[in-house]
Amino acid sequence: MTNLNPILEARQINAWFGGTQAIRDISISAQPNTVTALIGPSGCGKSTFIRCLNRMHEEVPGASVKGQVLLSGSNIYDGGVDPVSVRRKIGMVFQKPNPFPALSVAENVAVGLRLAGISKRSVLNETVEKSLRQAALWEEVKDKLRSPGTSLSGGQQQRLCIARALAVSPPVLLMDEPTSALDPISTARIEELLNELKKQVTVVIVTHNMQQAARISDRTAFFLLGEMVEFDETATIFTNPKDRRTEHYITGRFG
Amino acid sequence: MELPQTLSMSAVSSTLGIFERKKKRDVHLGDRIFFWVLRLLAIGVMLLLLGITLNLLRVSFPIFSKFGLSYFVTNTWNPVTEKFGAGAFIYGTVVSSLIALVISVPISIGVSVFLTELAPRRLAEAVGFLVEMLAAIPSVVYGLWGIFVLAPWLRTTLQPALASTFGFLPLFQGPPYGIGMLTAGIILAIMISPTISAICREVFKAISLQQREAALALGATRWETISLAVLKSSASGIFGAVILGLGRALGETMAVTMVIGNRADISASLFAPGQTMASVIANEYAEATSDMHLAALSAVGLALFLVSFLINSSARFLVWRATRKSKGARA
Amino acid sequence: MNEDLSLRDFRRKLINWAMGAVLALAAALVLIPLLSVFAYVVKQGISSVNWNFFTQLPKPVGETGGGMANALLGTIELVLLAMLVGVPWGVATGVYLAEYGRGKFARALGFCVDLMTSVPSIVVGLFTYTILVMPFKRFSAMAGGASLAIIMIPIVARTTEELLKLVPNHIREAGLALGIPRWKVTLWIVLRGSMSGIITGVMLAVARVAGETAPLLFTAFNNSYWSFKLDQPIASLPIQIYNYAISPFEDWHRQAWAGALVLVCFVLVLNLSTRILMRQPRSTR
Repeated sequence: MTNLNPILEARQINAWFGGTQAIRDISISAQPNTVTALIGPSGCGKSTFIRCLNRMHEEVPGASVKGQVLLSGSNIYDGGVDPVSVRRKIGMVFQKPNPFPALSVAENVAVGLRLAGISKRSVLNETVEKSLRQAALWEEVKDKLRSPGTSLSGGQQQRLCIARALAVSPPVLLMDEPTSALDPISTARIEELLNELKKQVTVVIVTHNMQQAARISDRTAFFLLGEMVEFDETATIFTNPKDRRTEHYITGRFG
Repeated sequence: MELPQTLSMSAVSSTLGIFERKKKRDVHLGDRIFFWVLRLLAIGVMLLLLGITLNLLRVSFPIFSKFGLSYFVTNTWNPVTEKFGAGAFIYGTVVSSLIALVISVPISIGVSVFLTELAPRRLAEAVGFLVEMLAAIPSVVYGLWGIFVLAPWLRTTLQPALASTFGFLPLFQGPPYGIGMLTAGIILAIMISPTISAICREVFKAISLQQREAALALGATRWETISLAVLKSSASGIFGAVILGLGRALGETMAVTMVIGNRADISASLFAPGQTMASVIANEYAEATSDMHLAALSAVGLALFLVSFLINSSARFLVWRATRKSKGARA
Repeated sequence: MNEDLSLRDFRRKLINWAMGAVLALAAALVLIPLLSVFAYVVKQGISSVNWNFFTQLPKPVGETGGGMANALLGTIELVLLAMLVGVPWGVATGVYLAEYGRGKFARALGFCVDLMTSVPSIVVGLFTYTILVMPFKRFSAMAGGASLAIIMIPIVARTTEELLKLVPNHIREAGLALGIPRWKVTLWIVLRGSMSGIITGVMLAVARVAGETAPLLFTAFNNSYWSFKLDQPIASLPIQIYNYAISPFEDWHRQAWAGALVLVCFVLVLNLSTRILMRQPRSTR
């Protein structure tokens, strides 16, 4: 596995909110078609870090980033790179489901393609169906494609957001605690979905739920107080962590 | 009868549980007096509104008994022969308000988007403050400025330019007086911009950050984010803001009276003088001597009152729903 | 294909940039009238704002000089009259809304208060005319003050309500737990604690009514002389500005600009000071 070239590699990422440093010197890499989980107690910087991976962090007023993120070998923080084009290649799913209320289910999925200038009906319809199937939502919503995206249940809305992100076929998908606002059944569905998804995309997921990380990820990074304590195969992290702090966290001694 | 149940009431019931279960009303005499004094004053406020309606009805009664509702659609205005029809004023009010909306709505929405989505915080605060100051300037000062600054500029610059480019339209034909319907519309546009933009800003702020992030994360540009996440989802709120602006434009009196030219005519040209419902009252009421003339003007006032009642309640409903829905969706 | 994509991206960027510029332009555009009004009011008004303006009665046409002393005093009188009625009434209504603000009656009251803020001021003038001018067959300061009071009530009521709703409930409970009757808790603890906020609300309401012209046209009317009687017509600054502005005389136009300058300064000073007053507690917290 290590002999493959990583599709996404973060090097020495530092991020600030105004004058406060939120994360310090974080480097990780993700192989194609894997799931990488970021775990750690609240406020450890894992969400900040994942937002650095598609240049969303800089949208927060006063926020800044230093470091490199290589997507298939090229740095997304290079001077001439437009954050807009970065975000089309690195999709993101947020903590709370956020479909656009003014758009229908189908329009929500198609919106990324439309932004990219694709307006052919047949292509759009095809992609909508394909993406909704990928997000395991098609069967549930095929009869209400015209109703507003916000009319779905919370779990369905989150899968709709996943479908929306998948529609532009990004090679990488970032997920920031995608199940924290959902009930256990919806959570289980999304976890199942991830196993399917990783055949097509590389997933980086933030979770506060260690069991979730253990169930779904191939590699896990443990964050604490803005630093990355340990990054290894998930099995290793959960059975044989090298750092005492990781051990304490996964055995539930703090956090 | 309604019982005074308040926040503090429930506080009492929690501290003094047993008492309160028996009596929901204040036992203390002072409390009862206090409550009823406040209540009477509150009833007084409601009576004021009722009084406005009834009194205007009473005073304008002769006009309705003589002309009926056709009073509002006929167009004659002759206090000497006591022939009255308010058509021209309704036309004037509608046209001047429409001009105001056409000019003000895009600009106000633009300002609000700029202030909430684009401008750095300091700049947004400063510009926002100045826009609020626009609302603080008294109407009569706008009128003064309208007579001596805006109208001459229209006469010498804008109206000739409009006439030479769009002169084929009847809207822009006729001599450029400076004062007239267009001038009134422009002044109104200035005066309602703070209202519309203040409410639009509220509506935009009620849209959650998550909506904007969703758009950005899809690779939308800043403008695409605005149109997708902000403008589309706040359509009904914006509509409410526009209606509220319309409500202000309809009732605005002094500035309009000073620049509209005050002639009870219906003319296709926007350069021509006209008169609005509010301006005719301002102009003639103090000098109206006959009961019929007073009644005619009061009927215009009554119509103005009822229209702004309808407009404002529907607009408030729209804005309330827009700012509430998005707050609810976040939870 | 690739060429196509980059062309499209370029177009999107261009639109993004252009729309940004359009929006900034809208912001600039809306400020032009404000700056123009300020500039002209200052430029045209400053030369006639002098000692005489504040101390002299208006001079008849043809005689230069004179001032607006009676109109200034008249506006002060009218505003004081309006406050005398409007402030207690508005505060009481606000207290009712905040402290007894549940149930159908209170909701209806809230609705009425909202509607009152949207009644065109000229209609308020009509109303006071029918109840305070018609029966006495005379324009009066009383009627003018009443018009302004009616405009003030809903503004003061809403401010008071909003402020009292900010007072946390445990403050009321603390008072009640000491055995203080509710009306005293409301008056001496809740209301007094929000006093500075209510004062700023009143100042804003004053700023608003001081410039009102329409409701005074046929209530307070006008008066070329000093007037201290409630049942007599009285001069006011806005009415005087209006009359001078629509007159054909150069001299009077100058006076109108001077009056406008004084009025705008007054209104702006009130607005600015309320802003500063409102900001202070927030920044210290």
